[in-house]
Amino acid sequence: MSQSRQYAYYPGCSMRATAHAYDRTARRVSEMLDLSLQEIEDWNCCGATEYMSISALQAYSLVARNLSLAATQNATDLVSPCSACYLNLRKTNDNMKKYPDLNDQVNQALAAGGISYTPGALRVRHLLDVIVEDVGFDAVAALVKQPLKGMKVAPYYGCLIVRPSVDGYDTEYPTHLDKLMQTLGAGVVDFPLKTHCCGGHMTQISEETAFELIRRILHNAADYGADAIVTLCPMCQLNLDAYQPQVNAMFGTRFNIPILFFTQLMGLAFGLTFDEAEIGSEIIPALAALGKIGQESPEQVAPKRRDKKALPMPIP
Amino acid sequence: MADSIGNHDLLQRAIASTPGGQALMECLQCGTCGGSCPSGQDMDATPRKLIAMLRAGMDDEVLSSNTPWYCVSCYYCAVRCPQQIPITDLMYTLKHIAIERGQYNKEAHVGFSESFIDYVERYGRSFEFGLATRYNLTHHPFRMVGKAGLGFQMMQKGRLNATPDPIKDMPQLTAILAEARRIESHEEAQDEPV
Repeated sequence: MSQSRQYAYYPGCSMRATAHAYDRTARRVSEMLDLSLQEIEDWNCCGATEYMSISALQAYSLVARNLSLAATQNATDLVSPCSACYLNLRKTNDNMKKYPDLNDQVNQALAAGGISYTPGALRVRHLLDVIVEDVGFDAVAALVKQPLKGMKVAPYYGCLIVRPSVDGYDTEYPTHLDKLMQTLGAGVVDFPLKTHCCGGHMTQISEETAFELIRRILHNAADYGADAIVTLCPMCQLNLDAYQPQVNAMFGTRFNIPILFFTQLMGLAFGLTFDEAEIGSEIIPALAALGKIGQESPEQVAPKRRDKKALPMPIP
Repeated sequence: MADSIGNHDLLQRAIASTPGGQALMECLQCGTCGGSCPSGQDMDATPRKLIAMLRAGMDDEVLSSNTPWYCVSCYYCAVRCPQQIPITDLMYTLKHIAIERGQYNKEAHVGFSESFIDYVERYGRSFEFGLATRYNLTHHPFRMVGKAGLGFQMMQKGRLNATPDPIKDMPQLTAILAEARRIESHEEAQDEPV
């Protein structure tokens, strides 16, 4: 490869705080993969799931400022590692293109700030999609120095990387993270709840609602013998990791499953140290799970689909 | 139109305010949305029922329902709907109208969204520490005790910043948001029945 691929990079607010491990490893791994991520100058919040219910036009305009700033950079693709940011950027880009009235209004708002955006000028991508599609599994495999053999991971996609519909990916049973983890040498368990919801902002609003959703996902991953859950979204990581002790307290369970970002595992496989891969920033310690790397290769986990006890039904 | 009661003000408004909202008229009442909803058990009406109520002109009941407030924005309903109704977006629209008319459900967490937005409008970015402390102090003061331990751990691990992280060009963002608000309230004044 003669020249590294250029991308405008939108980290999002979480990446500067709760998910700094994701941001740092995403940048590090991208560099190793020869992807050039150029952070959007002076980007603002995407509005998460809050702005849309207060004012739709303000929500779209807030996001469109980022699209406008990104479009002035030398890139055709805008990449975000956060699924919620990715959704908001993608939805604004798509809806402005699809609904001319919305486009007019958003651009009228942007004009008050002296900027504009032509919908479709950028392609909005998730970092995982960029790694899988633009770099590819072969190039990733070529960089693996320390295969993750011996460790079994449950690939957790959550909602917004595949829904609403994204071209090329199944909305309920995607497999690209599975394949990426296999490429790193990790054992990948079957994980029926891979695209179920982590509860999103509900942890702040109704613990009863949110903790049940988190419990189902942890229960399912534990049932299928995962040593760790690997995720690609700051919100999913936060909910499954930081609230795991409270979920255990609410349901009388004893889950102890570390939640890692896929870029942390890529980093480790590419030879980064635990420190460099930001291991230790998680609330549920990952050391025991990572200690399995290099041990006996995992036995094939037979799908337990017909085992009724394995179904993640609510506790009666 | 097959709907029989009410004057359908809310239905018309919901269709107009939701991109792709016209599909609401094609609802088959199949129930795939409710069956797919992870938080459906906490809702007083499933999305299917809420759409039926909306089409029947039960405006007050729809606006005071807790359903939109328990939506977790997972989009399962939207991708599974055989009629491509943007159900998740409809929930956002209904929340917005309920807030505007002051008719929202008592379980609604309007305060959380408002606190979040307040920080974004002030700094251009979200501020998790401020949000967690302010929202919990005003809404769940007793829960703060249990949360303090987690907050401390998060801070120790560098995962929670004690100060906000403002953008540089706030005047530009403020001007954009003010103009968006002006356009939207102008549009709404035209949509509302006299």
